[in-house]
Amino acid sequence: MLQQYGIIAIFLIGGALTAIAALLVNWIIRPKLPPVGSKLNTYECGLETQGPTWIQFKVSYFLYALVFLLFDVETVFLYPWAVRFQVLGLFAFIEMIIFISILVIGLWYAWKEGALKWQ
Amino acid sequence: MLSTSTSTLVFWFLTILIVASALAVVLLRNIVHSALFLILTFVGIAGIYILLNAEFLAAVQILVYAGAIAILVVFAVMLTRRGDISESNLFNKNYLAAGVLCLALFILNTFLIGQTFWTIKSGEPPLNNVGAIADAFLGRYVLPFEVAAVLLLVAMVGAILLARGVNQDQ
Repeated sequence: MLQQYGIIAIFLIGGALTAIAALLVNWIIRPKLPPVGSKLNTYECGLETQGPTWIQFKVSYFLYALVFLLFDVETVFLYPWAVRFQVLGLFAFIEMIIFISILVIGLWYAWKEGALKWQ
Repeated sequence: MLSTSTSTLVFWFLTILIVASALAVVLLRNIVHSALFLILTFVGIAGIYILLNAEFLAAVQILVYAGAIAILVVFAVMLTRRGDISESNLFNKNYLAAGVLCLALFILNTFLIGQTFWTIKSGEPPLNNVGAIADAFLGRYVLPFEVAAVLLLVAMVGAILLARGVNQDQ
């Protein structure tokens, strides 16, 4: 069982190494002159930013994050059911439909309150 | 099963990852970078759960903590941000008291772990504990399972009410 996670670990390490290797090779073959002129620009093509770039987010985002968190927790309950789906049968399916419909009430409430509306 | 030495190696790798990124959370001066290292800490802890054969917990850790909680933390930071972001996670004058408190908590925890008598069960851990959890959820504990849905519903309605209240105040 744990060996299967070894494959995931190899993927993670391989991914990280690819990124590091790309940066490293670039660093090795690039000419090492001090940067001057347009090399110091933020973007090669595109407009320079005006003012500070770390701006405050709109409050509306936070509501999306909260609703996302709750449906994420719902996924936690769906996950074991999905793993065992073929064994559990119809009764478990109906139970899950009830579970989801209770949560859909929450989505309906969010919709009704205009929480999903952008403003 | 993985051999014991490989498990030990993975354990030490994960431990170093967790402790290093947890230290980065505290020591970095930009609080958004701290939040990113917090995600790395959560992922490392998920790795520890997998090492302990607790796959369901690992999935929950990745889904809820590394996914949703981290987003919530970043949003909370970006909503309440004021001043220069690169100087947003500095030490204040209480660091000595906080350090002493953390050290005391660490010593207490270590002491308690040392004092506890751990029962070690013989035999292999269950091969598929996610399936076992599914059987328990949808078999014996079906009522608590549905009550959990109601709890989530209440949490969602409460969150929307609170957040909308904040919206209207502005």
